Amino acid sequence: MRSSLTQVESPRTFPGAVAPQRHYRVDADGVGIAVNEWGDQRDPVLVMVHGGADFSRTFDVFAPLFAAAGWRVVAWDHRGHGDSDHTHLYSFEADLRDATRVLDAVAPRRPVAVLGHSKGGAILTSLAEAQPFRFRSFINLDGIPYRRPGPDLPEYQRADALNTEITGWLEHRRRSATGSRKPGTIEELASRRAQMNPRLSTEWLEYLVTVGAREDADGWRWKLDPSMRMGGFGPWKPEYGLFRLAGLGVPFLGVLVGADEPMGWGTKSHQVEKWIPVNGRLEYFDDLGHFIHIEQPKMVADMALEFLGAPA
Amino acid sequence: MSTVTLQHNRIELALHQLRPATGEGRPLLLLHGLGERTPTSVPHDVERWQGSVWGLDFTGHGESTIPVGGGYSAEVLLGDVDAAINHLGNVTLVGRGLGGYVALLAAGARVDAVHGAVITDGPGLTGGSYESSVPQSARLMDQGQIPDPYALHELSRDVRAADYALDFVQYSVANSELAEPINVSALYRPTWLAEVAAAPGVASLPLGDALNLYR
Repeated sequence: MRSSLTQVESPRTFPGAVAPQRHYRVDADGVGIAVNEWGDQRDPVLVMVHGGADFSRTFDVFAPLFAAAGWRVVAWDHRGHGDSDHTHLYSFEADLRDATRVLDAVAPRRPVAVLGHSKGGAILTSLAEAQPFRFRSFINLDGIPYRRPGPDLPEYQRADALNTEITGWLEHRRRSATGSRKPGTIEELASRRAQMNPRLSTEWLEYLVTVGAREDADGWRWKLDPSMRMGGFGPWKPEYGLFRLAGLGVPFLGVLVGADEPMGWGTKSHQVEKWIPVNGRLEYFDDLGHFIHIEQPKMVADMALEFLGAPA
Repeated sequence: MSTVTLQHNRIELALHQLRPATGEGRPLLLLHGLGERTPTSVPHDVERWQGSVWGLDFTGHGESTIPVGGGYSAEVLLGDVDAAINHLGNVTLVGRGLGGYVALLAAGARVDAVHGAVITDGPGLTGGSYESSVPQSARLMDQGQIPDPYALHELSRDVRAADYALDFVQYSVANSELAEPINVSALYRPTWLAEVAAAPGVASLPLGDALNLYR
Protein backbone atom coordinates (compact mmCIF):
# COMPACT_ATOMS: atom_id res chain seq x y z
CA MET A 1 0.00 0.00 0.00
CA ARG A 2 2.70 2.49 0.96
CA SER A 3 6.30 2.71 -0.04
CA SER A 4 8.91 5.29 0.77
CA LEU A 5 10.58 7.21 -1.99
CA THR A 6 13.81 9.14 -1.97
CA GLN A 7 13.58 12.90 -2.22
CA VAL A 8 16.00 14.37 -4.71
CA GLU A 9 17.68 17.63 -3.71
CA SER A 10 16.28 20.54 -5.74
CA PRO A 11 18.84 22.56 -7.75
CA ARG A 12 16.93 25.77 -6.88
CA THR A 13 15.81 27.20 -3.56
CA PHE A 14 13.08 29.67 -2.73
CA PRO A 15 12.69 31.70 0.47
CA GLY A 16 10.45 29.77 2.87
CA ALA A 17 10.16 26.69 0.65
CA VAL A 18 10.59 23.42 2.54
CA ALA A 19 10.63 19.98 0.91
CA PRO A 20 8.09 17.54 2.39
CA GLN A 21 9.29 15.54 5.40
CA ARG A 22 7.57 12.37 4.21
CA HIS A 23 6.90 11.10 0.71
CA TYR A 24 5.14 7.82 -0.12
CA ARG A 25 2.68 6.27 -2.53
CA VAL A 26 -0.87 5.10 -1.99
CA ASP A 27 -2.46 2.57 -4.31
CA ALA A 28 -5.72 3.92 -5.74
CA ASP A 29 -7.25 0.94 -7.54
CA GLY A 30 -4.01 0.31 -9.41
CA VAL A 31 -3.04 3.96 -9.89
CA GLY A 32 -0.06 5.00 -7.76
CA ILE A 33 -0.77 8.29 -6.00
CA ALA A 34 2.25 10.24 -4.67
CA VAL A 35 1.63 11.73 -1.22
CA ASN A 36 3.70 14.45 0.49
CA GLU A 37 3.54 15.39 4.15
CA TRP A 38 4.85 18.27 6.23
CA GLY A 39 4.80 18.45 10.03
CA ASP A 40 4.78 16.02 12.94
CA GLN A 41 3.11 12.73 12.07
CA ARG A 42 1.28 12.72 15.43
CA ASP A 43 -0.37 16.10 14.82
CA PRO A 44 -3.99 16.39 13.57
CA VAL A 45 -4.34 16.02 9.81
CA LEU A 46 -4.90 18.99 7.51
CA VAL A 47 -5.46 17.87 3.92
CA MET A 48 -4.41 20.21 1.08
CA VAL A 49 -5.67 19.57 -2.44
CA HIS A 50 -3.98 21.28 -5.40
CA GLY A 51 -5.65 22.61 -8.53
CA GLY A 52 -5.69 21.44 -12.16
CA ALA A 53 -2.26 21.21 -13.85
CA ASP A 54 -0.61 21.86 -10.46
CA PHE A 55 0.97 19.38 -8.03
CA SER A 56 1.34 19.05 -4.27
CA ARG A 57 4.73 20.69 -4.10
CA THR A 58 3.17 23.99 -5.10
CA PHE A 59 2.47 23.99 -1.32
CA ASP A 60 6.21 24.02 -0.47
CA VAL A 61 5.95 27.49 1.10
CA PHE A 62 2.31 27.41 2.24
CA ALA A 63 2.18 23.97 3.94
CA PRO A 64 5.16 24.49 6.30
CA LEU A 65 3.34 27.49 7.83
CA PHE A 66 0.61 25.09 8.98
CA ALA A 67 3.09 22.42 10.04
CA ALA A 68 4.75 25.01 12.29
CA ALA A 69 1.33 25.71 13.84
CA GLY A 70 0.78 22.07 14.84
CA TRP A 71 -0.83 20.49 11.79
CA ARG A 72 0.22 17.35 9.91
CA VAL A 73 -0.26 18.58 6.35
CA VAL A 74 -1.09 15.84 3.83
CA ALA A 75 -1.13 16.64 0.11
CA TRP A 76 -1.03 14.38 -2.92
CA ASP A 77 -0.52 14.69 -6.65
CA HIS A 78 -3.71 13.99 -8.62
CA ARG A 79 -3.47 11.10 -11.08
CA GLY A 80 -1.44 12.22 -14.10
CA HIS A 81 0.06 15.14 -12.11
CA GLY A 82 3.40 15.49 -10.33
CA ASP A 83 4.84 12.16 -9.19
CA SER A 84 1.57 10.19 -9.41
CA ASP A 85 1.09 7.59 -12.13
CA HIS A 86 0.02 8.51 -15.62
CA THR A 87 -2.93 6.28 -16.37
CA HIS A 88 -5.46 5.39 -19.06
CA LEU A 89 -8.35 7.66 -18.12
CA TYR A 90 -8.89 10.88 -16.18
CA SER A 91 -12.13 12.23 -14.78
CA PHE A 92 -13.40 14.38 -11.94
CA GLU A 93 -15.04 11.35 -10.34
CA ALA A 94 -11.78 9.37 -10.56
CA ASP A 95 -10.00 12.26 -8.79
CA LEU A 96 -12.65 12.09 -6.08
CA ARG A 97 -12.14 8.35 -5.65
CA ASP A 98 -8.36 8.75 -5.52
CA ALA A 99 -8.85 11.35 -2.76
CA THR A 100 -10.78 8.83 -0.68
CA ARG A 101 -7.97 6.29 -1.04
CA VAL A 102 -5.47 8.79 0.39
CA LEU A 103 -7.88 9.78 3.17
CA ASP A 104 -8.43 6.10 3.99
CA ALA A 105 -4.65 5.74 4.33
CA VAL A 106 -4.06 8.78 6.58
CA ALA A 107 -7.33 9.20 8.50
CA PRO A 108 -9.74 6.31 7.88
CA ARG A 109 -13.38 7.27 8.58
CA ARG A 110 -12.18 10.14 10.76
CA PRO A 111 -13.10 13.79 10.16
CA VAL A 112 -10.16 16.00 9.16
CA ALA A 113 -9.62 19.64 8.26
CA VAL A 114 -9.36 20.16 4.50
CA LEU A 115 -8.16 22.96 2.23
CA GLY A 116 -8.52 22.98 -1.54
CA HIS A 117 -7.23 25.41 -4.14
CA SER A 118 -9.09 25.92 -7.43
CA LYS A 119 -10.09 22.50 -8.83
CA GLY A 120 -8.98 21.07 -5.47
CA GLY A 121 -11.70 23.17 -3.83
CA ALA A 122 -14.24 21.85 -6.32
CA ILE A 123 -13.14 18.24 -5.66
CA LEU A 124 -13.57 18.75 -1.92
CA THR A 125 -16.98 20.41 -2.41
CA SER A 126 -18.18 17.27 -4.23
CA LEU A 127 -16.55 14.94 -1.73
CA ALA A 128 -18.26 16.82 1.12
CA GLU A 129 -21.60 15.73 -0.32
CA ALA A 130 -20.52 12.18 -1.13
CA GLN A 131 -18.67 11.47 2.13
CA PRO A 132 -19.42 14.17 4.70
CA PHE A 133 -18.11 12.00 7.56
CA ARG A 134 -14.56 12.78 6.41
CA PHE A 135 -14.85 16.55 7.02
CA ARG A 136 -14.09 18.57 10.13
CA SER A 137 -13.78 21.99 8.50
CA PHE A 138 -13.29 23.17 4.93
CA ILE A 139 -11.29 26.02 3.38
CA ASN A 140 -11.82 26.72 -0.31
CA LEU A 141 -9.25 28.99 -2.03
CA ASP A 142 -10.72 30.42 -5.25
CA GLY A 143 -12.34 27.09 -6.10
CA ILE A 144 -15.98 28.12 -6.46
CA PRO A 145 -16.95 28.12 -10.14
CA TYR A 146 -19.90 30.33 -11.02
CA ARG A 147 -19.85 30.19 -14.79
CA ARG A 148 -18.30 27.96 -17.43
CA PRO A 149 -14.74 28.73 -18.54
CA GLY A 150 -14.46 30.67 -21.80
CA PRO A 151 -16.60 33.50 -23.11
CA ASP A 152 -20.35 33.74 -22.47
CA LEU A 153 -22.05 33.08 -25.78
CA PRO A 154 -25.55 33.53 -27.12
CA GLU A 155 -27.52 30.31 -27.65
CA TYR A 156 -27.00 30.18 -31.44
CA GLN A 157 -23.20 30.31 -31.11
CA ARG A 158 -22.95 27.75 -28.31
CA ALA A 159 -23.17 24.64 -30.50
CA ASP A 160 -20.45 26.03 -32.82
CA ALA A 161 -18.15 26.77 -29.88
CA LEU A 162 -18.74 23.31 -28.42
CA ASN A 163 -17.91 21.70 -31.76
CA THR A 164 -14.68 23.69 -32.06
CA GLU A 165 -13.69 22.59 -28.57
CA ILE A 166 -14.57 18.94 -29.13
CA THR A 167 -12.87 18.59 -32.50
CA GLY A 168 -9.76 20.18 -30.97
CA TRP A 169 -9.90 17.62 -28.17
CA LEU A 170 -10.45 14.71 -30.59
CA GLU A 171 -7.49 15.82 -32.73
CA HIS A 172 -5.39 15.90 -29.55
CA ARG A 173 -6.59 12.37 -28.67
CA ARG A 174 -5.48 11.13 -32.10
CA ARG A 175 -1.93 12.29 -31.36
CA SER A 176 -1.68 11.75 -27.62
CA ALA A 177 -0.68 8.06 -27.60
CA THR A 178 2.85 8.99 -28.63
CA GLY A 179 2.99 12.54 -27.25
CA SER A 180 5.62 13.81 -24.86
CA ARG A 181 6.14 17.21 -23.27
CA LYS A 182 8.47 19.68 -24.91
CA PRO A 183 11.89 19.72 -23.21
CA GLY A 184 13.64 22.92 -22.22
CA THR A 185 15.85 24.64 -19.71
CA ILE A 186 14.56 25.56 -16.25
CA GLU A 187 14.19 29.13 -17.49
CA GLU A 188 12.21 28.06 -20.59
CA LEU A 189 9.77 25.90 -18.63
CA ALA A 190 9.29 28.69 -16.09
CA SER A 191 8.53 31.22 -18.81
CA ARG A 192 5.99 28.84 -20.40
CA ARG A 193 4.29 28.43 -17.04
CA ALA A 194 4.27 32.19 -16.57
CA GLN A 195 1.57 32.36 -19.26
CA MET A 196 -0.75 30.47 -16.88
CA ASN A 197 0.69 32.09 -13.74
CA PRO A 198 1.32 35.70 -14.87
CA ARG A 199 1.33 37.12 -11.33
CA LEU A 200 3.93 34.74 -9.88
CA SER A 201 7.63 35.60 -9.73
CA THR A 202 10.21 34.09 -12.06
CA GLU A 203 12.15 32.94 -9.02
CA TRP A 204 9.12 30.94 -7.78
CA LEU A 205 8.31 29.49 -11.21
CA GLU A 206 11.92 28.37 -11.70
CA TYR A 207 11.79 26.72 -8.28
CA LEU A 208 8.54 24.96 -9.33
CA VAL A 209 10.27 23.55 -12.41
CA THR A 210 12.82 21.84 -10.20
CA VAL A 211 10.12 20.13 -8.09
CA GLY A 212 7.41 19.62 -10.75
CA ALA A 213 9.48 18.70 -13.79
CA ARG A 214 12.04 15.98 -14.38
CA GLU A 215 15.42 16.37 -15.99
CA ASP A 216 15.99 14.16 -19.04
CA ALA A 217 19.10 14.01 -21.24
CA ASP A 218 17.57 16.59 -23.61
CA GLY A 219 16.26 18.96 -20.94
CA TRP A 220 13.54 19.46 -18.33
CA ARG A 221 9.94 18.30 -18.90
CA TRP A 222 6.87 18.98 -16.77
CA LYS A 223 5.73 15.70 -15.21
CA LEU A 224 2.07 16.38 -16.05
CA ASP A 225 0.76 13.63 -18.35
CA PRO A 226 1.02 14.98 -21.92
CA SER A 227 -2.25 13.24 -22.81
CA MET A 228 -4.11 15.63 -20.49
CA ARG A 229 -5.45 18.84 -21.97
CA MET A 230 -6.62 22.05 -20.40
CA GLY A 231 -10.20 23.14 -20.78
CA GLY A 232 -13.11 20.83 -20.71
CA PHE A 233 -16.55 20.18 -22.03
CA GLY A 234 -19.29 17.89 -20.94
CA PRO A 235 -22.67 18.11 -19.30
CA TRP A 236 -21.16 19.57 -16.11
CA LYS A 237 -22.64 22.84 -14.86
CA PRO A 238 -21.00 25.18 -12.33
CA GLU A 239 -24.22 25.50 -10.33
CA TYR A 240 -23.88 21.87 -9.21
CA GLY A 241 -21.02 23.01 -6.98
CA LEU A 242 -23.05 25.92 -5.60
CA PHE A 243 -25.92 23.60 -4.63
CA ARG A 244 -23.42 21.44 -2.76
CA LEU A 245 -21.86 24.44 -1.06
CA ALA A 246 -25.24 25.38 0.38
CA GLY A 247 -25.53 21.91 1.87
CA LEU A 248 -22.19 21.85 3.70
CA GLY A 249 -22.54 20.77 7.30
CA VAL A 250 -19.11 21.81 8.60
CA PRO A 251 -17.48 25.21 9.22
CA PHE A 252 -16.55 26.74 5.86
CA LEU A 253 -14.19 29.49 4.76
CA GLY A 254 -14.38 30.54 1.12
CA VAL A 255 -11.77 32.86 -0.39
CA LEU A 256 -12.27 34.67 -3.70
CA VAL A 257 -10.03 37.10 -5.57
CA GLY A 258 -10.50 40.06 -7.87
CA ALA A 259 -7.59 39.86 -10.32
CA ASP A 260 -8.50 38.06 -13.56
CA GLU A 261 -6.13 35.25 -14.50
CA PRO A 262 -6.09 32.49 -17.14
CA MET A 263 -6.35 29.72 -14.53
CA GLY A 264 -9.06 31.37 -12.39
CA TRP A 265 -12.81 31.05 -12.65
CA GLY A 266 -13.29 34.78 -12.12
CA THR A 267 -16.01 34.24 -9.52
CA LYS A 268 -17.03 37.37 -7.58
CA SER A 269 -18.49 37.44 -4.07
CA HIS A 270 -21.92 38.78 -4.99
CA GLN A 271 -22.41 35.93 -7.47
CA VAL A 272 -22.08 33.16 -4.90
CA GLU A 273 -22.61 34.63 -1.44
CA LYS A 274 -26.21 33.47 -1.20
CA TRP A 275 -24.97 29.86 -1.50
CA ILE A 276 -22.53 30.13 1.41
CA PRO A 277 -23.83 27.87 4.20
CA VAL A 278 -24.96 29.35 7.52
CA ASN A 279 -21.83 28.13 9.28
CA GLY A 280 -19.61 29.53 6.53
CA ARG A 281 -17.98 32.80 5.60
CA LEU A 282 -16.61 34.32 2.43
CA GLU A 283 -13.52 36.52 2.16
CA TYR A 284 -12.78 38.58 -0.94
CA PHE A 285 -9.44 40.11 -1.98
CA ASP A 286 -9.89 42.46 -4.89
CA ASP A 287 -6.19 43.05 -5.60
CA LEU A 288 -4.96 39.44 -5.38
CA GLY A 289 -4.96 36.64 -7.97
CA HIS A 290 -5.96 33.00 -8.31
CA PHE A 291 -2.78 31.74 -6.62
CA ILE A 292 -3.43 33.85 -3.54
CA HIS A 293 -1.72 31.32 -1.24
CA ILE A 294 1.47 31.69 -3.28
CA GLU A 295 1.21 35.47 -3.65
CA GLN A 296 0.52 36.02 0.06
CA PRO A 297 1.29 32.74 1.90
CA LYS A 298 1.63 34.27 5.34
CA MET A 299 -1.55 36.36 5.18
CA VAL A 300 -3.63 33.44 3.85
CA ALA A 301 -2.12 30.99 6.34
CA ASP A 302 -2.82 33.33 9.26
CA MET A 303 -6.43 33.73 8.13
CA ALA A 304 -6.84 29.97 7.67
CA LEU A 305 -5.19 29.12 11.00
CA GLU A 306 -7.44 31.56 12.80
CA PHE A 307 -10.45 29.95 11.10
CA LEU A 308 -9.28 26.40 11.90
CA GLY A 309 -8.61 27.12 15.57
CA ALA A 310 -6.37 24.91 17.68
CA PRO A 311 -5.31 21.72 15.86
CA ALA A 312 -6.12 19.30 18.69
CA MET B 1 -15.14 -11.97 -38.33
CA SER B 2 -11.83 -10.14 -38.57
CA THR B 3 -10.51 -7.63 -36.06
CA VAL B 4 -8.40 -4.50 -36.39
CA THR B 5 -6.65 -3.01 -33.33
CA LEU B 6 -6.82 0.77 -33.08
CA GLN B 7 -5.01 3.08 -30.69
CA HIS B 8 -6.98 5.67 -28.70
CA ASN B 9 -4.52 7.40 -26.41
CA ARG B 10 -3.27 4.50 -24.22
CA ILE B 11 -6.25 2.26 -24.99
CA GLU B 12 -6.16 -0.47 -27.64
CA LEU B 13 -9.57 -0.76 -29.24
CA ALA B 14 -10.93 -3.83 -31.00
CA LEU B 15 -12.77 -2.92 -34.21
CA HIS B 16 -14.47 -6.00 -35.64
CA GLN B 17 -15.54 -6.44 -39.21
CA LEU B 18 -18.70 -8.52 -39.04
CA ARG B 19 -19.15 -8.74 -42.78
CA PRO B 20 -17.53 -7.26 -45.91
CA ALA B 21 -19.66 -5.14 -48.26
CA THR B 22 -22.23 -7.04 -50.34
CA GLY B 23 -22.89 -4.10 -52.63
CA GLU B 24 -22.53 -0.33 -52.82
CA GLY B 25 -22.41 1.87 -49.77
CA ARG B 26 -20.39 3.12 -46.86
CA PRO B 27 -19.50 1.11 -43.76
CA LEU B 28 -22.09 0.67 -41.02
CA LEU B 29 -20.56 0.93 -37.55
CA LEU B 30 -22.42 -0.70 -34.66
CA LEU B 31 -21.93 0.72 -31.16
CA HIS B 32 -22.92 -1.66 -28.38
CA GLY B 33 -24.73 -0.79 -25.17
CA LEU B 34 -23.27 -0.42 -21.68
CA GLY B 35 -21.80 -3.72 -20.51
CA GLU B 36 -22.16 -5.36 -23.92
CA ARG B 37 -19.65 -6.14 -26.64
CA THR B 38 -19.78 -6.32 -30.42
CA PRO B 39 -22.02 -9.20 -31.55
CA THR B 40 -20.33 -12.11 -33.34
CA SER B 41 -22.55 -11.87 -36.41
CA VAL B 42 -24.52 -9.20 -38.24
CA PRO B 43 -27.71 -8.53 -36.28
CA HIS B 44 -30.90 -9.44 -38.12
CA ASP B 45 -32.23 -5.87 -38.21
CA VAL B 46 -29.24 -4.48 -40.14
CA GLU B 47 -28.73 -7.45 -42.49
CA ARG B 48 -29.97 -5.52 -45.51
CA TRP B 49 -27.17 -2.95 -45.29
CA GLN B 50 -25.04 -3.34 -48.44
CA GLY B 51 -21.83 -1.74 -47.26
CA SER B 52 -19.48 -3.47 -44.87
CA VAL B 53 -20.68 -3.95 -41.27
CA TRP B 54 -18.38 -3.23 -38.33
CA GLY B 55 -18.64 -3.18 -34.56
CA LEU B 56 -16.44 -1.35 -32.05
CA ASP B 57 -15.73 -2.65 -28.54
CA PHE B 58 -15.71 0.44 -26.30
CA THR B 59 -12.93 1.04 -23.76
CA GLY B 60 -13.28 -1.49 -20.93
CA HIS B 61 -15.53 -3.76 -22.99
CA GLY B 62 -15.07 -6.87 -25.15
CA GLU B 63 -11.53 -7.19 -26.49
CA SER B 64 -10.53 -3.55 -25.86
CA THR B 65 -8.16 -2.52 -23.07
CA ILE B 66 -9.45 -2.55 -19.49
CA PRO B 67 -8.09 0.74 -18.08
CA VAL B 68 -6.53 0.88 -14.61
CA GLY B 69 -8.60 2.68 -11.97
CA GLY B 70 -11.63 3.80 -14.01
CA GLY B 71 -12.24 7.41 -15.08
CA TYR B 72 -14.85 6.84 -17.79
CA SER B 73 -17.05 9.40 -19.50
CA ALA B 74 -19.28 9.33 -22.56
CA GLU B 75 -16.75 11.73 -24.11
CA VAL B 76 -13.98 9.11 -23.77
CA LEU B 77 -16.21 6.71 -25.72
CA LEU B 78 -16.70 9.47 -28.30
CA GLY B 79 -12.90 9.40 -28.64
CA ASP B 80 -13.18 5.62 -29.22
CA VAL B 81 -15.65 6.22 -32.07
CA ASP B 82 -13.38 8.91 -33.49
CA ALA B 83 -10.54 6.39 -33.69
CA ALA B 84 -12.85 4.04 -35.62
CA ILE B 85 -13.94 6.87 -37.94
CA ASN B 86 -10.29 7.72 -38.52
CA HIS B 87 -9.83 4.12 -39.73
CA LEU B 88 -13.08 3.59 -41.65
CA GLY B 89 -13.73 7.05 -43.09
CA ASN B 90 -17.34 8.09 -43.72
CA VAL B 91 -19.74 5.85 -41.75
CA THR B 92 -23.34 5.43 -40.68
CA LEU B 93 -23.74 4.74 -36.96
CA VAL B 94 -26.23 2.52 -35.15
CA GLY B 95 -25.95 2.64 -31.38
CA ARG B 96 -27.67 0.59 -28.70
CA GLY B 97 -28.38 2.33 -25.41
CA LEU B 98 -25.22 4.11 -24.24
CA GLY B 99 -23.84 3.48 -27.75
CA GLY B 100 -26.80 5.47 -29.10
CA TYR B 101 -25.93 8.44 -26.91
CA VAL B 102 -22.30 8.21 -28.07
CA ALA B 103 -23.49 7.99 -31.69
CA LEU B 104 -25.34 11.27 -31.14
CA LEU B 105 -22.19 12.89 -29.74
CA ALA B 106 -20.22 11.63 -32.76
CA ALA B 107 -22.84 12.95 -35.19
CA GLY B 108 -22.37 16.41 -33.69
CA ALA B 109 -18.61 16.24 -33.22
CA ARG B 110 -17.66 14.70 -36.60
CA VAL B 111 -20.46 15.90 -38.80
CA ASP B 112 -18.59 15.38 -42.09
CA ALA B 113 -17.71 11.76 -41.28
CA VAL B 114 -21.02 10.59 -39.81
CA HIS B 115 -23.71 10.04 -42.42
CA GLY B 116 -26.61 9.41 -40.10
CA ALA B 117 -26.76 8.23 -36.49
CA VAL B 118 -29.49 5.88 -35.28
CA ILE B 119 -30.28 5.67 -31.57
CA THR B 120 -31.90 2.39 -30.53
CA ASP B 121 -32.98 0.84 -27.23
CA GLY B 122 -30.32 -0.87 -25.14
CA PRO B 123 -28.42 -0.85 -21.86
CA GLY B 124 -27.28 2.54 -20.65
CA LEU B 125 -29.82 4.56 -22.64
CA THR B 126 -31.05 6.38 -19.55
CA GLY B 127 -27.70 7.44 -18.16
CA GLY B 128 -27.52 8.96 -14.71
CA SER B 129 -29.67 11.75 -13.46
CA TYR B 130 -30.87 14.67 -15.52
CA GLU B 131 -28.83 16.92 -13.23
CA SER B 132 -25.80 16.08 -11.10
CA SER B 133 -26.23 13.19 -8.68
CA VAL B 134 -24.40 12.47 -5.43
CA PRO B 135 -20.82 11.55 -6.37
CA GLN B 136 -19.89 7.95 -5.63
CA SER B 137 -16.50 6.80 -4.50
CA ALA B 138 -17.03 3.26 -3.29
CA ARG B 139 -14.20 0.83 -3.94
CA LEU B 140 -15.08 -1.83 -6.48
CA MET B 141 -13.61 -5.18 -5.55
CA ASP B 142 -13.89 -7.07 -8.82
CA GLN B 143 -11.50 -5.07 -10.99
CA GLY B 144 -9.87 -6.53 -14.08
CA GLN B 145 -13.04 -8.26 -15.25
CA ILE B 146 -14.65 -7.82 -18.67
CA PRO B 147 -16.61 -5.63 -18.93
CA ASP B 148 -14.81 -3.38 -16.48
CA PRO B 149 -16.92 -2.86 -13.32
CA TYR B 150 -15.80 0.79 -13.33
CA ALA B 151 -17.32 1.20 -16.80
CA LEU B 152 -20.62 -0.16 -15.53
CA HIS B 153 -20.45 1.96 -12.39
CA GLU B 154 -19.43 5.27 -13.94
CA LEU B 155 -21.21 5.12 -17.29
CA SER B 156 -24.54 4.19 -15.72
CA ARG B 157 -24.41 7.43 -13.70
CA ASP B 158 -23.18 10.07 -16.17
CA VAL B 159 -25.19 13.28 -16.29
CA ARG B 160 -27.48 13.43 -19.35
CA ALA B 161 -28.45 17.05 -19.45
CA ALA B 162 -30.81 17.63 -22.38
CA ASP B 163 -29.38 21.04 -23.27
CA TYR B 164 -25.94 19.45 -23.71
CA ALA B 165 -27.32 16.70 -25.97
CA LEU B 166 -29.25 19.33 -27.94
CA ASP B 167 -26.05 21.26 -28.70
CA PHE B 168 -24.83 18.17 -30.59
CA VAL B 169 -28.16 17.83 -32.38
CA GLN B 170 -28.14 21.50 -33.37
CA TYR B 171 -24.61 21.37 -34.78
CA SER B 172 -25.28 18.14 -36.66
CA VAL B 173 -28.55 19.36 -38.19
CA ALA B 174 -27.07 22.74 -39.17
CA ASN B 175 -23.98 21.27 -40.83
CA SER B 176 -24.88 17.81 -42.14
CA GLU B 177 -25.63 17.14 -45.79
CA LEU B 178 -28.63 15.15 -44.57
CA ALA B 179 -31.93 16.88 -43.73
CA GLU B 180 -32.38 14.53 -40.78
CA PRO B 181 -28.93 13.29 -39.70
CA ILE B 182 -30.17 11.83 -36.40
CA ASN B 183 -32.83 9.18 -36.02
CA VAL B 184 -34.38 8.01 -32.77
CA SER B 185 -35.63 4.44 -33.18
CA ALA B 186 -35.69 3.76 -29.44
CA LEU B 187 -39.14 3.07 -28.02
CA TYR B 188 -38.12 4.13 -24.53
CA ARG B 189 -37.22 7.82 -24.34
CA PRO B 190 -35.71 9.13 -21.13
CA THR B 191 -35.86 12.93 -20.72
CA TRP B 192 -32.74 13.74 -22.70
CA LEU B 193 -33.80 11.50 -25.57
CA ALA B 194 -37.38 12.79 -25.65
CA GLU B 195 -35.99 16.30 -26.10
CA VAL B 196 -33.59 15.11 -28.80
CA ALA B 197 -36.41 13.31 -30.64
CA ALA B 198 -38.56 16.46 -30.54
CA ALA B 199 -35.84 18.69 -32.02
CA PRO B 200 -36.03 19.89 -35.64
CA GLY B 201 -33.97 17.69 -37.97
CA VAL B 202 -34.37 14.54 -35.89
CA ALA B 203 -36.38 11.67 -37.39
CA SER B 204 -38.15 8.92 -35.46
CA LEU B 205 -38.25 6.07 -37.97
CA PRO B 206 -37.91 2.36 -37.18
CA LEU B 207 -34.30 1.14 -37.64
CA GLY B 208 -34.88 -0.49 -41.07
CA ASP B 209 -36.46 2.66 -42.51
CA ALA B 210 -33.72 4.84 -41.06
CA LEU B 211 -31.06 2.69 -42.72
CA ASN B 212 -32.87 3.05 -46.05
CA LEU B 213 -32.68 6.82 -45.56
CA TYR B 214 -28.97 6.79 -44.75
CA ARG B 215 -27.66 4.18 -47.21
